[in-house]
Amino acid sequence: MTLASAAPRSGEPGPSRPRSGRPRPVRHLDHGAWVLVLPALIPILVLSVGPLLYGISLAFTDSQAGRTEPTEWIGTLNFQDLAHDTLFWDSFRIGLLWALGVTVPQFVLALGLALLLSQNLRFRWLARALAIIPWAMPEVVVGIMWRLVYNPDAGILNETIRDLGLGDGRDWLTGLATALPAVIVVGIWAGMPQTTVALLAGLQNTPYELHEAAALDGAGAWRRFRTVTWPAIKPVALAITALNFIWNFNSFALVYVLTNGGPGGRTRLPMLFAYEEAFRYGQFGYAAAMGCVMVAVISVMLALYLVGRLKGGDEK
Amino acid sequence: MTALRTSRSGRAGQYLALLCYLVFLAFPFLWLISTAFKPPRELGSLHPTWIPEDPTLDNFRQAFDEQPLLHAAVNSLIAALAAALIAVVIATPMAYVMARHRNKLSAAATGWVVVSQAFPFVLVIIPLFLILKNLHLINTLLGLILVYVVWALPFALWMLVGYVRAVPRELEEAAAVDGAGRLRTLVSVTAPLLAPGIVATALFAFITAWNEFFFALVLLKTPEKQTLPVVLTHFLGAEGVADLGPLAAAAFLATIPSLVIFAIIQKRITGGMLAGAVKS
Repeated sequence: MTLASAAPRSGEPGPSRPRSGRPRPVRHLDHGAWVLVLPALIPILVLSVGPLLYGISLAFTDSQAGRTEPTEWIGTLNFQDLAHDTLFWDSFRIGLLWALGVTVPQFVLALGLALLLSQNLRFRWLARALAIIPWAMPEVVVGIMWRLVYNPDAGILNETIRDLGLGDGRDWLTGLATALPAVIVVGIWAGMPQTTVALLAGLQNTPYELHEAAALDGAGAWRRFRTVTWPAIKPVALAITALNFIWNFNSFALVYVLTNGGPGGRTRLPMLFAYEEAFRYGQFGYAAAMGCVMVAVISVMLALYLVGRLKGGDEK
Repeated sequence: MTALRTSRSGRAGQYLALLCYLVFLAFPFLWLISTAFKPPRELGSLHPTWIPEDPTLDNFRQAFDEQPLLHAAVNSLIAALAAALIAVVIATPMAYVMARHRNKLSAAATGWVVVSQAFPFVLVIIPLFLILKNLHLINTLLGLILVYVVWALPFALWMLVGYVRAVPRELEEAAAVDGAGRLRTLVSVTAPLLAPGIVATALFAFITAWNEFFFALVLLKTPEKQTLPVVLTHFLGAEGVADLGPLAAAAFLATIPSLVIFAIIQKRITGGMLAGAVKS
């Protein structure tokens, strides 16, 4: 299958389209190049592209775990069921709240930290070193660690609250009102370093001379940021927020360990919901349909976001 | 420089902000370490302290008694090492082609790298589960390794393409002029220059596999096959009533390899992400 789909491609670009002017890099793949590509291409096709298409097709079947009779095509029945599944849409809404609630503060905090780190401050090496911790840590450990922080009796959060005389604290992760905000804080903490590093990289593109010139013209810090810094980091900022949003929306391990979707489904992200549907109840087809809906909605939202942002930049 | 000097109060504000960030970043980890060394009496106390009054190693011993941590660590090590090695070995040649040739295949591969980031794991894991089940690879490390390899490929390709682009094409052309064949050029000119980038990519793939939870949770059923992150969640128990001391001790130990490796390669990782981003 892989060879069949690959073979016509190799001839396609071919030598037939000569470009005038400057010499182009090699456009067609010779045999040597194919030898270099195939070891990675085959696993990608068999274990990534194939499963993805298989997964999408499963959404249109009644596939179930441990069934004896053969799986059948059922058209859009899964999607019709899904449209009326209020539990799923609750979960979807929570997923959006979580993804936005994490991505936006994460970006603001990371931007602040990146701006600080680009200054000539003492101890910034310490911040750079500490930023490794959330990044390198297994997500499961991040979840366990914050459970210790949030622990109602032995946790440091409630102890601090008691010390400050602000009451007795509470059971953050099992309270109906506090569970989602509590896990969102953990999400922000866990993803901040990557965002900071990406923004720091963007900041290195800011032309220093422009900064200086603007300052000489009497522009304050805020105006310098808006007119000099922001335009320089905008592409990086767009890319990293879009990626963060996707990653956060698809997040699983953190919330699985912190609350496992509880209390009463208040933190049941769509991924947790789909996981239970697939691997606890064995509804493969239905869970695959959920996955398709997630991809579709997120793609549309991201497309609107990116188009809107890019347009906004042109009008300026 | 003079034009941008910050006022004294501005500086103070910056240091205050930096301090807040430091506290926010560090305190959960310090609390984890603190909890790991506390005896049960202090963990049950209503007024927990930052520094254990009576530090103990009992939690670590108990952690190893309660769960097969060592066995799980070996499983994690095998899966992460194998996945990282295979991923780098197959990704490097492909990244080379993607960096040096502009054609539809390179474009499609770049597209796949981006798209693969956007798909929720459920959509991939259900078919993979079915495929691996047909191959009798469920509940085996080999099955998990296969999944990890493909899962590590997008990022490995992304980083390696950046590193290849950083190797001047002129060097290869010079070798070719001197009569070196293509393979010879790759092995004796390009590969040595790429080596640091390849090592960094492999280490990064190792950490992501070592830390990975979701695929391991779905694919590994019996405790003797499970990896460290999955075994760690067993400490949480069914009702979430956990034995805090051993839980903290085990979590702390599981983090050390990732932290050490990450500290070593941090600069290269950020460099690699940038290199990949510059021209794509």
